Amino acid sequence: MRFAKLLGGLLALAVLAIPVAAQQEYPMSTIAPASDFAEGIHSVYVQIFWWAMGILTVCWVVLAYILIRFRERPDSPRPKQIHGDARLEIAWTVVPALIVVAIAIPTIQTVFQTQRAHPDAFVVDVIGHQYWWEFRYPQHGDVVTANELRLPVNQPVSLRIWSNDVIHSFWIPLLGGKRDANPLRAVPEGKDTHYSWIHMTPSETGYFLGQCAEFCGESHSRMMMSVVVETEEEFEAWLDDWRAGHAVPGTQTAQAEVAPMQAAGFAAMPVGSAQETAAPAPPTDPRLLEGYNLFVGQCVACHGIPGDPNAMASVAPDLTLLGRRERIGAGMLENTPENLVRWIRDPRSIKPGVLMPGVDYEGGRAPIVWPAFPYSDEQIESIALYLTSLR
Amino acid sequence: MSTESQTTTESFESFESIQRSQVPAESSSHHHEEPTGIWSWITTVDHKRIGIMYFMTSMFFLGIGGLEAMLIRIQLFRPDSDFISAELYNQLFTMHGTTMIFLVAMPLAVAFFNYIVPLQIGARDVAFPRLNALSYWIYLFGGLYLNASWFFGAAPNTSWVGYANLTSTEYSPGLNVDFWVLGLSILGVSSIMGGVNFITTIINLRAPGMKLMRMPLFTWMTFVTSFLLVTALPVIAVALILLAFDRFFATNFFVVASGGDTTMWQHLFWIFGHPEVYILVLPAFGVISDVIPAFSRKPLFGYAVVVYAGVLIGFIGWGVWSHHMFTTGLGPIADSFFVASTMIIAIPTGVKIFNWMATMWGGALKMNTAMTFAVSLVGMFVLGGLSGIMHSSAPVDLQQHDSYFVVAHFHYVIVGGLLLGMFSGLYYWFPKVTGRMPNEALGKLHFWLTFIGFNLTFFPMHFSGMYGMPRRTWTYRAELNVEIYNQLSTVGAFILAISTVVLLYNLWKSARTGEKASHNPWGAPSLEWSIPSPPHHYNFPALPQVRSREPLWHEDERKEIEAITLAEPEVEPEMPNPSFWPIVLAAGVTLTWALVMTGRWWAPVIGLVLTAIPVYCWAFEDPFAKKETAHG
Repeated sequence: MRFAKLLGGLLALAVLAIPVAAQQEYPMSTIAPASDFAEGIHSVYVQIFWWAMGILTVCWVVLAYILIRFRERPDSPRPKQIHGDARLEIAWTVVPALIVVAIAIPTIQTVFQTQRAHPDAFVVDVIGHQYWWEFRYPQHGDVVTANELRLPVNQPVSLRIWSNDVIHSFWIPLLGGKRDANPLRAVPEGKDTHYSWIHMTPSETGYFLGQCAEFCGESHSRMMMSVVVETEEEFEAWLDDWRAGHAVPGTQTAQAEVAPMQAAGFAAMPVGSAQETAAPAPPTDPRLLEGYNLFVGQCVACHGIPGDPNAMASVAPDLTLLGRRERIGAGMLENTPENLVRWIRDPRSIKPGVLMPGVDYEGGRAPIVWPAFPYSDEQIESIALYLTSLR
Repeated sequence: MSTESQTTTESFESFESIQRSQVPAESSSHHHEEPTGIWSWITTVDHKRIGIMYFMTSMFFLGIGGLEAMLIRIQLFRPDSDFISAELYNQLFTMHGTTMIFLVAMPLAVAFFNYIVPLQIGARDVAFPRLNALSYWIYLFGGLYLNASWFFGAAPNTSWVGYANLTSTEYSPGLNVDFWVLGLSILGVSSIMGGVNFITTIINLRAPGMKLMRMPLFTWMTFVTSFLLVTALPVIAVALILLAFDRFFATNFFVVASGGDTTMWQHLFWIFGHPEVYILVLPAFGVISDVIPAFSRKPLFGYAVVVYAGVLIGFIGWGVWSHHMFTTGLGPIADSFFVASTMIIAIPTGVKIFNWMATMWGGALKMNTAMTFAVSLVGMFVLGGLSGIMHSSAPVDLQQHDSYFVVAHFHYVIVGGLLLGMFSGLYYWFPKVTGRMPNEALGKLHFWLTFIGFNLTFFPMHFSGMYGMPRRTWTYRAELNVEIYNQLSTVGAFILAISTVVLLYNLWKSARTGEKASHNPWGAPSLEWSIPSPPHHYNFPALPQVRSREPLWHEDERKEIEAITLAEPEVEPEMPNPSFWPIVLAAGVTLTWALVMTGRWWAPVIGLVLTAIPVYCWAFEDPFAKKETAHG
């Protein structure tokens, strides 16, 4: 009896939670689909959810009835010594088996549907790094960005996912399920290496939050990302702005300037885009110019702004059009100059274990350790202002 | 047994009479004084004492694992909290998982295997008593070695699944993973030896007439679990050895740049890891399959079906491992196969649930603490099983995997399954072990605190997971709006902690001052209730003849058996001598593995020498030699 009451209490707790849930906003809800992929998952989930509720209710009601009805009383007769019943055993084997089939059919249909690429889909490469995300658009030139993925609404896309170091998992709950970013294995020639894929068509515009979902080290809990789903015009405009970025002539000298850095041990740096796109004009505003010079003097060892031959590295997040992003620090902070200053000064207070050094300490992991920034507060501010101006 | 005549045949009183009519075991004179003192425990090969040591040790580690959980819950009470550092948090959740699985859940079940199984099948001890002691000491030393990492500030920090390549020297250069890989290797040795011991015991040492299909369900599930131990642990041993070679000898099994494969670790780990789930939960199923009939006063409904369902779960449990890897990207065909096999395993599990309910149906339920825990397992496991059905569906799992929804699910299975079942068994067999009855008032208090605390901790995690909180995260952002669920969980965790204190107090108090227990205080049907409480060190003066599944519930059979099992033996049965070598050998084995950490090739050799000496001495020790004449 008491047991039954408690079960009732538990149900009440669950019911109470529902109105609370309805009033709140859940930016990472798994039950608010905004793409065909998420929708497919959700419809299977809803079916299974109701089957589960039905089974749970039957089991708990029967259990509660047993506990009330068959409790020992002073006048209880000796129970009939029943050893079993073949018909009952068959019944409660066959009925669950049928329910399982009812669940398995839509499940397996969805498994195949969600793993099929749309013929018109364009590809975006999603590359996990400890603790940030790199996005490349191989079919849109060499457009590359970090931590904020931009996608056009109602256009099928195939995300080709892998990792640069350890296993991560790419998860934007409103846009669908997660897929692991596995480090690419060296394979014999002629064999294809193994990527993870997400095929989907975002069906709503908006700003969708996500987070790495496979434990990847010290700052796993701070490895966030987001997806900006925008109209096709907005997306095209962003691509154009990205390409136009800082375009002025000067490619030849740019190549020459990269060379010493490669000699210094950055052989793996991609050089590709520098040939077509051009170096940016340094800013004219003196404060921004100071920031730019400081940026080129230090930050470009890891960060890139493709198109700028002085900033070719891809060890760390690409900073093109950084001023346009809503967040910095892989989704940790709102993108304001103040937060940018905070980040440059002491990134580890926001993301422990991050490779980027701060003003007071060195960064990195043996054998590569980056020296601490030798900058004053004012200089950091200049860098922040310069970066915010990249819009 | 003179009171028998006054009971009417149809009255339920006959069960009570069984209990009342018995002479408390204490009144029978002890003609043999069991040795006491620390030395007698260190050298013991008695399965009952080893069982008690297993239990005590697992309670000790439960305290440590629980403390780790409390720190985790305090950290998660508020969003963006920095109560503890990210690095410490990662060590805490890794050690919480590793401790609870390898140092609490498995050994707790083994404690019951040890104490109960020989008594249930009518044996004087397990097949290999010294090996049994060795299993225990390796478990203890392995557990201590693993936890010694805290003193180096280098507790394992790559989660209990230790996915490659995060565990490689490149990404985890410290001692943390060394402790983990070597500690688990040591513990695996203990589990495999335990499995071998119980398979042999159950096959060879059953009393006359105890056919396989007359064995109590707990013995049956021990049997199935032992096969899983012997077959599953070697798989993780292989994985751990590969990882140890990568770390200590620079091999490339999991180094992608050299063609190593990180997915292989996941396959190896989960081929072990999923049978491991059944290693954890089948013993609890066994316990309540004995408890529920005893307190329903009815035989287990569909005995054969419940046995086959358990065996089937053990078999199918081998074919479902990749449902832990739906997000890895194995492709739709592999996904579909593992969806199907995982859903199929729900069927025998459901059958067990229905058979338990049918056993209670029409019974006369005596709702004492043991029975209350058993019934709550049935209710809670249904919930854990159903959330399991949800993520057996691969697409749904893509959302729920590695979120708090999964954390909720497996805690409903492990705490709601294994732990509630073990608590049920603890109260059920407590009079047998201590000779005293457990305090019912404290027991009920313990139950309600556990039940409320458990649900309050883990039920809200379904919501925090559903709203997108990933697991293994040091902190979470306020904007996710999962704070309230985390706060409920933290409050629940504190209630659970209090419940554990109540349990320990109850055990301590009841063992000292509880009411004296007769040899069969519950009127239960199986063989362990035919001998005095607590049992003599030789268990059975002579072996009884078993003629049915519920030998003590059939008047003739019961009288016949008790005439043998309660009698004073004319000549006391010869039992194996205590031995000092198991603990020395365990120390040698642990040291060998631990010294691998030094990175010096010759260091483990020191340990090997310390292993070889006790092996030699053990081999030439006569276990039955009379003490007086041994060195004559």
